[in-house]
Amino acid sequence: MTEMTASGCSESSCGSTADQLSHLPEHIREKVHNHPCYSEQAHHHFARMHVAVAPACNIQCNYCNRKYDCANESRPGVVSELLTPEQAIKKTLVVASEIPQMTVLGIAGPGDPLANPERTFQTFQALSETAPDIKLCVSTNGLALPEHVEELSKHNIDHVTITINCLDPEIGAKIYPWIFWKNRRIKGVKGAKILIEQQQKGLEMLTEKGILVKVNSVMIPGVNDKHLAEVSKVVKSKGAFLHNIMPLIAEAEHGTYYGIMEQLGPTQAELKELQDACEGDMNMMRHCRQCRADAVGLLGEDRGSEFTLDKIEAMEIDYSSAMEKRKVVHDNIAAELARKEEEKAQGVQFVSLDSLRKTAKPKPQLRSVLMAVATQGGGIINQHFGHAKEFLIYEVASDNVKLIGHAKTDQYCSGNNTCGDGETVLQKLIRSLDGCEVVLSAKIGYEPWEQLEEAGIIPNSEHAMEPIEEALLAVHKEMAESGALEEKTEAGLRATA
Amino acid sequence: MALQIVESCVNCWACEPLCPSNAIYEAKPHFLIDAKKCTECDGDYADVQCASICPIEAAIVDSQGVALNPYGSLTNIPLEKLRQHGIIDKLAA
Repeated sequence: MTEMTASGCSESSCGSTADQLSHLPEHIREKVHNHPCYSEQAHHHFARMHVAVAPACNIQCNYCNRKYDCANESRPGVVSELLTPEQAIKKTLVVASEIPQMTVLGIAGPGDPLANPERTFQTFQALSETAPDIKLCVSTNGLALPEHVEELSKHNIDHVTITINCLDPEIGAKIYPWIFWKNRRIKGVKGAKILIEQQQKGLEMLTEKGILVKVNSVMIPGVNDKHLAEVSKVVKSKGAFLHNIMPLIAEAEHGTYYGIMEQLGPTQAELKELQDACEGDMNMMRHCRQCRADAVGLLGEDRGSEFTLDKIEAMEIDYSSAMEKRKVVHDNIAAELARKEEEKAQGVQFVSLDSLRKTAKPKPQLRSVLMAVATQGGGIINQHFGHAKEFLIYEVASDNVKLIGHAKTDQYCSGNNTCGDGETVLQKLIRSLDGCEVVLSAKIGYEPWEQLEEAGIIPNSEHAMEPIEEALLAVHKEMAESGALEEKTEAGLRATA
Repeated sequence: MALQIVESCVNCWACEPLCPSNAIYEAKPHFLIDAKKCTECDGDYADVQCASICPIEAAIVDSQGVALNPYGSLTNIPLEKLRQHGIIDKLAA
């Protein structure tokens, strides 16, 4: 048992409003507290990796292209090197030793893990024996799930992600052109209907066994966007723990059906609106980075190139000593998180609940502000503006900070003297931050500073190396005090003390 | 009577375990079918197994060289779009 859970609390009234895990029972917190894909807080500190041992697939999705071999794309289903189970086991042990904060090993493709049961389970079995300190998880389209639930529960796999895009076979036929089922290829509505039934059955069987299920859904405007709120309700009622609605990625150069047919993905605002709408019913995941099936590192980073086959084959691993080192690292992170949680809890205690209730009615309606943050992990503002590969987007209110998504970017500064087409990259980046009023980074150059200001975004590097949430609240407070949040506020403002 | 795997194969392994005659084997640059073993699933299955799971159009052909899954048949992408994006030409080259 880690210190983090020891100091945790299973009451929903405890902990900050920003902590999506605070309402969970203790045994689930214990399972997810260091899983970057299940806990938003964990994703700042703990890393994951995927091993690409599962090339075969039993269905076709219109957002996927099975010619998956591309080094420069970052999206699900893409890998550079297919691994044998033996290679995957070695790679996992190497990465776990080199990146001790790596807590999770997932098999997510590039096909469907359960369409490659021998390769998948051979990998899981060896790792559950050699590396019991690594969490194992699997991501599946669900078609072959019911027949494998028993086996999954044997290998210490307590996190399963099912991609469920619809409950209606008519909608399904627009997403899945065919499935392979009982030795036949079945197209259209008939195939989609079988897939949907298998997904739902698999979900029920897993939750019955106490295995944590996350449901991923791809939001495809005009296809399933109006339908996903219903999906969210149903999967929650069947015991899914977390719902991750992801935007469709569709580019013609990926060669996918949706890419070539110019199907549009949702805008950031459309995605957020749907996630907000589902949130009343379901615990929503908003920090997903839609990573590759061979990604390595913290979410949002990919250190896969440090661990190519030729490199890992040359390395010797003493896993039992690595495990000791890993335990120290994990305990330190857990202690740090526990300390932060305690500080937060103490902060809350300064104001009694009663006094809040009394004054809460005419609460001043200071508007919330979107802010972008450059971080390289640790929950700290510790990335240089020009070196950021992505920005986390937070919605900040006077008493609450909520991660709502991220903006990916080409790095605008490559770190040397020649800036190439740096200006256009910068312009593109600024466009992707549209809607944000503040950008916080550890440092920022003079030129981007000017251009951000021109675009109406305030650059801020005063909170370098500070924890993200605290810094964002401080900035919101400064904005409130300077009157910057009053223009759009509604009547309630008069009630301010 | 035998089927053939051609160069558009992406080596995804999906077909290999399905073959009732164990005719499919891993090779470079792509999987191959042993013509002596392949029965086109005659007597075993109603549908040819490798071509029923293969996700790549035109990757499996019959003895006449005709694709069992012609362009557009699996992805539903119209042929003119496949040509426009150079996908047909690229694969045929």
